Amino acid sequence: MRYARIFGVQLRASVQVTMQYRAEFFVGLFMAAFYVFWNVVPMFVLWSQRSEIAGWSLEEAALVTAWFTFLRAVLDGAVQPSLQAVIEHIRKGTLDFVLLKPADAQFLVSTAKFEVFNFVDAALAVGLAAWGLHRLHRVPTVGQVGIALVLTVAAAALLYALAILVISAAFYVVRLDNLIYLFNSVFDAARWPASVFRGVWRILFTFVVPLALMTTYPALALLGRLDGATAVRALCGAVLFVLAARLVWRRSIGHYRSASS
Amino acid sequence: MSATTPATSASATPASATPASATRRLLRAYPTLLRVGLSSAVAYRAEFLVWMLATTMPLVMLAVMSAMAREAPVGHFDQKGFVAYYLVTLIVRQMTGAWVAWEMVQEIKEGTLGLRLLRPIHPLASYSAESLAALPMRAIIALPITIVVLVLSSGKDLTQDPLNVLIFVVALAGAWLLNFAVSAIIGTLGLYLESSLQVWELWMGCFMLLSGYLIPLSLFPSWLERVARLLPFAYLQAFPVETLTGLRDRHAALAGLGAQLAWAAAAWLVLAILWKRGVKRFAAYGG
Repeated sequence: MRYARIFGVQLRASVQVTMQYRAEFFVGLFMAAFYVFWNVVPMFVLWSQRSEIAGWSLEEAALVTAWFTFLRAVLDGAVQPSLQAVIEHIRKGTLDFVLLKPADAQFLVSTAKFEVFNFVDAALAVGLAAWGLHRLHRVPTVGQVGIALVLTVAAAALLYALAILVISAAFYVVRLDNLIYLFNSVFDAARWPASVFRGVWRILFTFVVPLALMTTYPALALLGRLDGATAVRALCGAVLFVLAARLVWRRSIGHYRSASS
Repeated sequence: MSATTPATSASATPASATPASATRRLLRAYPTLLRVGLSSAVAYRAEFLVWMLATTMPLVMLAVMSAMAREAPVGHFDQKGFVAYYLVTLIVRQMTGAWVAWEMVQEIKEGTLGLRLLRPIHPLASYSAESLAALPMRAIIALPITIVVLVLSSGKDLTQDPLNVLIFVVALAGAWLLNFAVSAIIGTLGLYLESSLQVWELWMGCFMLLSGYLIPLSLFPSWLERVARLLPFAYLQAFPVETLTGLRDRHAALAGLGAQLAWAAAAWLVLAILWKRGVKRFAAYGG
């Protein structure tokens, strides 16, 4: 309850900061639309060469791209701004002030900053998914939508867990501005249906960085092609990841030595 | 001299020295700047490792494209053709990337640019030295990849023309010049705008789509390909890559080199003007 209130306060502060700079506000809106465009173009270019790639038609792949865009919005809007703030805190040694506050530090740093524009991306992503389903003449059942939603929540949790793991690395190695860049470039592979990847890539993207779970499984669920066992395994994997991230965070915060005097 | 440096004005910049003596001083100092930059690149090895992993995007695209090429060639690319294209793409990106915008914007925001302005070396020169000094470390990544390309393709997917290889090498330098100038322009915009890093993101977004970094330009719909080839992005990736992988003949390669150097010159001109005007607006506070 207390944490819900803190969450509300932090979110309101972010919104107010965003509205404060009007020019930035419009730039932000424009960028949000640009990102969606950016996500969609490679898909259209590739599928203009073939009607089907690795068993996915354009419309089906559009569902994967929609999920990718949506999660990208979650990542850019909710996960990454905070991640950046923590790295900055560690570099400057101001994390002390966060650690001194009478609330869980992980919770505080995770909710410190939100980029509000990413709601636009998220909305456009839903639109893209609707377009794909409409072209396929497919109305998913309530159950399928339910599974897709549960998997989406799991995917968001996974993203968050990965971000926490990345932040934890910043306690050991100070100069890590480009960790965010790394995170982005790895996550970018999630825009493609997982069956495109083979061999080492498939193992990497299923178990090490579970991108398949994040975008391909929800799309498969909507298409009615995901079997129950896989869904359950995916959920268990997500829970494990979140727990592991929490553990690593606890351990690495012990390594924090304030850099300032 | 007082400990605080309020409002460093343009008159305090080394640009006010006579051009000849300033150039001589710069030439004398540059090797040292490079050495300093190199040792800092070596010192932050973790960062280096992160860079290595962060540039896997062409490899991901290679996996995607290979999935398509397994069934039948895509355009004029078969699987081996894609291997050559994307590995050369990786090399070009490694050897020509410049990310100075981040650092410039950071220093403008924190006011530490003032310290650079006080030094007797032009700030753009010191930024460029830092950027260039990272190249040997990046070459360590690029070299094994080059060997892999040579072995895998047995030279078949690379150009057989020695002149084209030479043009490729010059094009690498040209691409770095253009990359650095654009990055520095956007960094300099930080003196004018709050949101210059968003301009950088926009540039990077367009770069990835329109430079042939993600998808070879020849696979685009023809109108989009024509548009892309008119823009500067194509000269950062597509032009050097196509030259080395034998997709351009001598004539087209030379024409591309001319266009690339013209873009680079234009970018440096814009950079010089923007910097000169922008630095007058700069005011650093702090001690």
